[in-house]
Amino acid sequence: MMETIPGIAEVGSRNATAAYDASKTKTVLRVSGLEVTYYTDLGRAKALDDVSFTLGAGEKLGMVGESGSGKSTMALAMMRMIKPPGRIERGQVIVDDVDLMSLDEEGMRRARLSKIAYIPQGAMNSLNPVIRIGAQMADAIRSHMRRESRSAIEDRCAAALRSVDLDPGVYRMYAHELSGGMKQRVCIAIGILLRPSVIIADEPTSALDVVTQRQVMETINKVQADINAAVILIGHDMGLMAQTVDRVAVMYAGRLVELSTVKEMFTDPKHPYSQALINSLPNLDKRGVFSGIPGLAPSLLRLPSGCAFHPRCPHGQQELQRSVRPAPVILAGGRMVACHLYGEEGHAHE
Amino acid sequence: MTFKIVIKRLLFFVLVVWAASTIVFFIPRLSSRNAIRERFGELARTGGFSPADIEKLIASMQQQFGLDKPLLEQYWQYLGNITRLDFGYSLSRYPTTATEVIAQSLPWTIGLLLVTTVLSFVIGTLLGAVAAWPKSPGWLRSMATPFILLTGVPPVIMGILLLFFIGFRLKWLPLGGAYSVGVVPTWSWTFFFDLMQHQILPALALILGSVGGWVLSMRGMGITIQGEDYVNFAEHKGLTGGRIFRDYYLRNALLPQVTGLALALGTVVTSAVIVEGLFGLPGIGTALNLAIRANDFPVIYGIVIFITIAIAALMTILEFVYPLLDPRIREN
Ligand SMILES: Nc1ncnc2c1ncn2[C@@H]1O[C@H](COP(=O)(O)OP(=O)(O)O)[C@@H](O)[C@H]1O
Ligand code: SF4
Ligand SMILES: [Mg+2]
Repeated sequence: MMETIPGIAEVGSRNATAAYDASKTKTVLRVSGLEVTYYTDLGRAKALDDVSFTLGAGEKLGMVGESGSGKSTMALAMMRMIKPPGRIERGQVIVDDVDLMSLDEEGMRRARLSKIAYIPQGAMNSLNPVIRIGAQMADAIRSHMRRESRSAIEDRCAAALRSVDLDPGVYRMYAHELSGGMKQRVCIAIGILLRPSVIIADEPTSALDVVTQRQVMETINKVQADINAAVILIGHDMGLMAQTVDRVAVMYAGRLVELSTVKEMFTDPKHPYSQALINSLPNLDKRGVFSGIPGLAPSLLRLPSGCAFHPRCPHGQQELQRSVRPAPVILAGGRMVACHLYGEEGHAHE
Repeated sequence: MTFKIVIKRLLFFVLVVWAASTIVFFIPRLSSRNAIRERFGELARTGGFSPADIEKLIASMQQQFGLDKPLLEQYWQYLGNITRLDFGYSLSRYPTTATEVIAQSLPWTIGLLLVTTVLSFVIGTLLGAVAAWPKSPGWLRSMATPFILLTGVPPVIMGILLLFFIGFRLKWLPLGGAYSVGVVPTWSWTFFFDLMQHQILPALALILGSVGGWVLSMRGMGITIQGEDYVNFAEHKGLTGGRIFRDYYLRNALLPQVTGLALALGTVVTSAVIVEGLFGLPGIGTALNLAIRANDFPVIYGIVIFITIAIAALMTILEFVYPLLDPRIREN
């Protein structure tokens, strides 16, 4: 599968405004029709509903959406780490031409970290308190490369620590001896140990102070450039996001409602929910954390019919909005939006 | 771990032993009872000595035990004796010293109680860890259930049930004693097997009732630990299940268990008194029991002080071991 991302200069010039030059890269990640349900005591919650997108090598995608919109669920589903009561119902996650969903347990174990890495949301507690940082890096390598020599492993760890601007001495330290920012860097260093094709960072800065947030973001930028991985950055902070990513994906109630380049998203958001998000940003620079938009986040157990956003949407009063779920539409420039305002009539969706 | 901390811990150990010894010294002296007088009073009633002779005997005994000296001087001498582990002669087994009585009975208790306590700990902890681990096979998990059901059945009840069914009804194993009557202790396999046969029921009585406790505490801890972010991240790293279980899950869930083990070792003597009595075994528990019945104060003193030292020593060892297991408490 050596083709380029759909809608790129060579193929059809639909993504000409992309900040990064996608035309030279190949697609490393192809998610299609991903669906996750949590079988809770109160009923089924479809936390991820028919999510599809592609990423090229070296591309950075920001993923935003209210808390509970399914961002972490998407990351975990891609790692095949959804735990009961959750279940991946269907979909494909193709990394470097391999569909992760088709692998057996052992195959998936090997793919984790080596093909697709996850940098966790709670980096504060993501390191084992009783064994040294070095041991936690070395075991990650060894469980993928049995024959790697001890010195080769140590070199690899030292290089990874250096590339996240940590002293190699951290190798001999314990988690409690590190600051929050340092722990987050260690997690990033672990994430890049095996040079995966895809890195998912789930709110990597949410527990850090502003200065550290920027440093960690710069670190992610730098290591991402080093190994040319595709990065999915999940987060709340649009300001931080705007400086880092190439494209932005907006999630609402488990659905991908818009996917545009950063520039398009900030200057001309298409989906009414994206518009509300951008308008809610505190200052004229459109930077900072969005403060939330009017109305209640929907319950996944009782999702509004038709377009899930219609109760909060200024255009949501028509019959169409309430009865028919909008299908994704590709607009000029290659951006995607799922809203009845665009394209032809959306078709009914179960 | 710095030198200063080592010194501090050792001083604390000495302090604990001193405080306990002091309490043990003063408590009997606060009571108006006089052990020597009571003992010779009994003799006088049964033996027909003249009261004057008895008084003389009592006086000489008081002198021999130093009870005629001022309290403070007695106390100093007592502390000196403790440091030399010298508790004097046993009253009931004269001329054996109390220390010899302890030394003779100790191996039996260590052999049975220490082994069963550690065994229960290991079995219970592993079963509990497996029971809480979502990926462990069902048959392994279900092995914990019978032990949980037996949790808290006192060793006496357990012992009586075992004696009745396995010893008395089925006659598979001997009813009591350390070894068969008429067998002479030698370094031979025959004697060893005889010895082991006699240890099985008391060991079972101790193990069956206590494994469940370890299972429950470990399972509770295991459920907490498996939800920790670092266990999840370990899986994200693509580690094998075995390594996650051992280095991330077990290693962390084990910490409170180790504290529990030290505490359990401290209560070993209580179980010893009961189980050794029930099965007629010659351990520390039996020695203490006999000494109390015979008003054999030197032996009682010796055992109590000895237990205090043993428990304080265990706690001190734990204080040194724990930082090795948990780096977070190494600093302070
Ligand atoms: N273990 C779970 N059991 C039941 N529901 C869950 C579970 N994990 C997540 N959910 C539900 O799935 C939805 C998406 O959650 P999540 O992916 O964590 O959102 P986000 O990361 O965007 O905040 C939420 O509505 C949440 O309630
Ligand atoms: S489909 Fe209709 S209700 Fe939904 S976001 Fe678009 S305009 Fe609003
Ligand atoms: Mg989340």
